[in-house]
Amino acid sequence: MENGEITVRVRFFAAPREALGTGEIEMEIPAGTTVGELMGLLMERYPALRPYTRFISVAVNRAYVGMQTELRDGDEVACLPPVGGG
Amino acid sequence: MKLFEITTKPISTDEVIARLNAPTVGAVATFVGVVRGETDGREVCYLEYEAYPEMAEKTLRQIGDEIHARWRTIQEVAIVHRVGRLQVGETAVVIALSAAHRPEVFDALRYAIDRLKEIVPIWRKEVWMDGAERRSEAGE
Repeated sequence: MENGEITVRVRFFAAPREALGTGEIEMEIPAGTTVGELMGLLMERYPALRPYTRFISVAVNRAYVGMQTELRDGDEVACLPPVGGG
Repeated sequence: MKLFEITTKPISTDEVIARLNAPTVGAVATFVGVVRGETDGREVCYLEYEAYPEMAEKTLRQIGDEIHARWRTIQEVAIVHRVGRLQVGETAVVIALSAAHRPEVFDALRYAIDRLKEIVPIWRKEVWMDGAERRSEAGE
């Protein structure tokens, strides 16, 4: 039996943020969705993000994660282009 | 006083050093990253830094933990990075660390700035005098 939907916050920074026109969106996704699957949904829904897909690392709740990570209700997901501090 | 901080305000190197308040300290080493006036022969107008502040402070703290694990003699580490619009010559980042003796502070300092450039979610947009821009996330 399906667990229904969960809601996650997705945050954007730098070039992808400007391309999207916002720094944050909410996504309702099926329970059990992985980070990789969420990225696929985002690219489908927001074509402006597509040029950045290959370069984006993902953090969940402020820690880097792999694409196989399963998302939970209330997670804060961040799409991070290659960093350039210092 | 925060040892690991993302700030929008100008950074004073002395003030960051003062955050290391161990009385037994024998050596303090600092790295100060300053906005360069030119890149690839083009004159820089200003830089715009953007961070994911909550995660950036967390990853700065992680770098501090990594340093303590690798170099037992390092006493304290402080890293402060500024975000927002910075003019040429302004300080973007200060790393300060202390130890009772000098040999390891230089290695640890280099490790800190290399790791910062690798894992801390901060991005830099260079805006040149001719109006053109380059973003760190677009690759070097």
